[in-house]
Amino acid sequence: MEFKNNRLRLGGISLFLLSLFVVFPNVVLAGNDSGLDLVTSLIIATVIIVFGAVIFVADNLLQLESKRQMEGKDIKIDASLFPKDFKVSSDKLPTYIPRDRYFHLNRGFDINLEGKPENKILETPNVSNYSVLPTDFYGLAPIPKIVPDEGSSVLAGDELFFDKRSPEIKFVAPVSGEFVGIKRGPKRAIHEVNFLADKEIKYKELPAVDLETASREDLVNFLKKYGGWVHLRQRPFDTIPDPEDVPRDVFISTFDTAPLAPNLNFTVKGESAAFQAGLNLLNKLTDGSVHLGLDGRGEEMPSEVFLNAENVEKYWFKGQHPAGNVGVQIHHIKPIKKGDVVWYLHPHDVIVLGRMLTERRYNTERLFALTGAEIKPNAYVRTRPGANVNEVLSGVEFRDDNVRIVSGDVLTGDRKERDGFLGFFDDQVTVLLEGNYYEMFGWLLPQAVRPSLSKTFPGFLFPDLEYTADTNTHGERRAFVVTGQYEAVLPMDIYPQHLIKAVMTNDFERMEGLGIYEMSEEDIAICEFVCTSKMPLQKILREGLDIVNE
Amino acid sequence: MKDKLLDTINKFEPDKKSSPFLWTLYDGLHTFLFAPNHVTKDGVHIRDNMDLKRTMVHVVLLLQLCYLFGTYNIGHQHFLAIGEYTGFLEGFHLKFLYGFWQLLPIFIVAHVVGLAIEFYYAAKKGHSIEEGFLVSGALIPLIMPPDIPLWILGLSVAFAVIIGKEAFGGTGMNIWNVALLSRVFVFFAYPTEISGDGVWISGFENLELPNTAVEYGWVHLTLFNGIFDYFGLATFDPGWYVMDGFTGATPLSLGFQGGWEAITEVYTQSAMIWGTIPGSIGETSKPLIIIGAVFLAAIGIASWRIMAGMLIGAIFTGLLLNLWGATPFMTVPWYHHLYLGSFFFALAFMATDPVTAASTERGKWIYGFLIGFFGMIVRVINPAYPEGWMLAILLMNTFSPLIDHLVLRKNMQKRLASA
Repeated sequence: MEFKNNRLRLGGISLFLLSLFVVFPNVVLAGNDSGLDLVTSLIIATVIIVFGAVIFVADNLLQLESKRQMEGKDIKIDASLFPKDFKVSSDKLPTYIPRDRYFHLNRGFDINLEGKPENKILETPNVSNYSVLPTDFYGLAPIPKIVPDEGSSVLAGDELFFDKRSPEIKFVAPVSGEFVGIKRGPKRAIHEVNFLADKEIKYKELPAVDLETASREDLVNFLKKYGGWVHLRQRPFDTIPDPEDVPRDVFISTFDTAPLAPNLNFTVKGESAAFQAGLNLLNKLTDGSVHLGLDGRGEEMPSEVFLNAENVEKYWFKGQHPAGNVGVQIHHIKPIKKGDVVWYLHPHDVIVLGRMLTERRYNTERLFALTGAEIKPNAYVRTRPGANVNEVLSGVEFRDDNVRIVSGDVLTGDRKERDGFLGFFDDQVTVLLEGNYYEMFGWLLPQAVRPSLSKTFPGFLFPDLEYTADTNTHGERRAFVVTGQYEAVLPMDIYPQHLIKAVMTNDFERMEGLGIYEMSEEDIAICEFVCTSKMPLQKILREGLDIVNE
Repeated sequence: MKDKLLDTINKFEPDKKSSPFLWTLYDGLHTFLFAPNHVTKDGVHIRDNMDLKRTMVHVVLLLQLCYLFGTYNIGHQHFLAIGEYTGFLEGFHLKFLYGFWQLLPIFIVAHVVGLAIEFYYAAKKGHSIEEGFLVSGALIPLIMPPDIPLWILGLSVAFAVIIGKEAFGGTGMNIWNVALLSRVFVFFAYPTEISGDGVWISGFENLELPNTAVEYGWVHLTLFNGIFDYFGLATFDPGWYVMDGFTGATPLSLGFQGGWEAITEVYTQSAMIWGTIPGSIGETSKPLIIIGAVFLAAIGIASWRIMAGMLIGAIFTGLLLNLWGATPFMTVPWYHHLYLGSFFFALAFMATDPVTAASTERGKWIYGFLIGFFGMIVRVINPAYPEGWMLAILLMNTFSPLIDHLVLRKNMQKRLASA
């Protein structure tokens, strides 16, 4: 669709200019005898327009016909007479990227921060406190039913709690050890389910599953019972999928473009078998296919784990953040329409599912990137989601005390205290400076270089400059004034500002029409970062998602 | 030093509940001096360094070029009417200080009235002062004739800010461009006081009467002349009077009466481009405005799409009118139209106001094009008022939500059709 629009636009503009060139000399030379008269020039202009129209119609018919003939075959042939894009020369692609599965996203914004993780694994920290955080899951009832008694010992993979509305979906213990109790938040909601872990993690042995013979129902029950199900997330709404729904497709993004993101090529090293097993499992669960979004930026070849994956549709994406977001990739591969349900997973969650089959145990171990300029060294540690923040960070040095610890990246992560726990879906810890200071004339003459989309700062001249960012808002909240800013960083055919306004005015029809089903908080986060009016876009979008979900 | 100042200022914080007006004033000053110490709460943990104050101040900074030239040009036109120091740089100090003394009250009245209303509403509604009036306040003096009576100016600013902005909910909510609303108020509410060619030249009771003498006050004759005397410079002379046959007509009104020939009889092409012609205070110097426009577009504060659309629209309409050619004004070639009147000022600073313009990218092209189209129509075909941008922009302000609606509807239909 997009190509056709571009082509039409190109054609329209060139026709307009052509006819202008015919009319123009006539006007300039109106007084002279050499100028064409009005009638002649109009006739010429009409001839050009008619000729152009005939070519366009013919071209479109040509494409329709080729499309009809190619129907059902897995070959894409562009039968058009015109170039596909405005670009004069197309991207030079590395040999491993097929052109017909390649998307170049022009809009987006990379926040280039200091403190990127090196490809190095630090000594595994000795973590004894773990917790599962029910608040990590959207759509979960605030007070789930806890299964084990306080003080009892559990194995990794033992049943821990469930939501009373869907009791068959179990949340399981990530480690073996003693269940030491829960911590409640406001309104008695359970915020933490805490463990004291054993030194050596003991796993509950899961039953063997043969993918060849097992039915879809068997697999669903297996995942629900042994804790794999909650690693799946559904779009729209980012909730745990309803077991009744069969997803249209499954999407996995294999690269992360968020600020200071971990390098997934490095963190999945050696997990080929588990990753492939997870993909095979997912293939059994969907009617459609499993789509893999690969890094097409060409700076680094994706890991063998992703490149050699089978039973998947591979797509390549090039662009700045949020090109690596699964929501953006879904939008370009096969957009979510009203009523559609698709699933998405982080590659590490695919590996967890795969290990349930290959190792026959619930093992969530993964590499976490310790990032941010306020800690040294910036590298990876091997631990699990739910590990205690303080213990995970025991091996690094802090540059300052006035810091904020975030589980996840700086755009979408959750703020954690020192005694907090890493998020369930995270694979990154970011430490950044708190910005609770006054800055004299900070709005006019900032005293530090900071990342910004705005070209009123000279930063855009130095794209390789790494910034240290802090949590200061750099201004107060205002009404919407600036326009076009969100669109400039969101590579989707969506009008984020109008979507947010539709949520604010509670306009159900507009929210749907403007594509709220395709959006998630992580996709709009970059818009929230660049917002001049300092609007809390993620919060507003979540309110909208909650409204349409009801 | 900074901490000391901060401590001192913090000591004076008035109570927000008992004296909201004082607190608003205090808060406005505080956030002006210091970017606040707010940190991000939920959502993103880091924020872009850009905020509304910085956005607005860049427009104001680029308007300073127009202010500088406008100040000088008030004096220059005054002396052209007298027939003394007609060279561009002759009597520079006289022209500049004359213009400064004429512009200063206009600037002060516009800001005092506008900011007072802004502060009052901020205190009443209990929010901090919004930056919207920074730009409006800087624009309003530039689009007024130099000879405007101050009470009319004050009234127009009050009208624009109260009816045009606060009634809709403040900065970001207004439908019409605030600065243009004040100008249009002047034009429609006081047509007699502000009509004719005399308003473009300041310093004379009535330009049309022969031998009208200049009006100098104590400041010119005693203060300025005293200083000039001391340095041995030329001084203001209370015996000057208007040169015979000088009308002060703008190129546009000449063009309306007699086409391109009538314009070039009085003004040279370069004078019209460089801006040494009568007109509203800040609109005359095209190169300086173009610098501002290019800069604003380059740093992304003003939409280049609106500017390009408006340029295309004006050229297109100019060509059409040239083809028609029914009146002398219609035969003025389209490329001359670009530097007549306030086309570039409207293009750079008025049409691009993000609040009142179309907010979708496609909408911006349409919006700009239609302003160009209607502006030229109003300028050339309208019998009463030979300048169109003010009315065209206000008209399109009214229709910009409709343009956006159509663009969004297309997007929505595409999505819903495929569902």
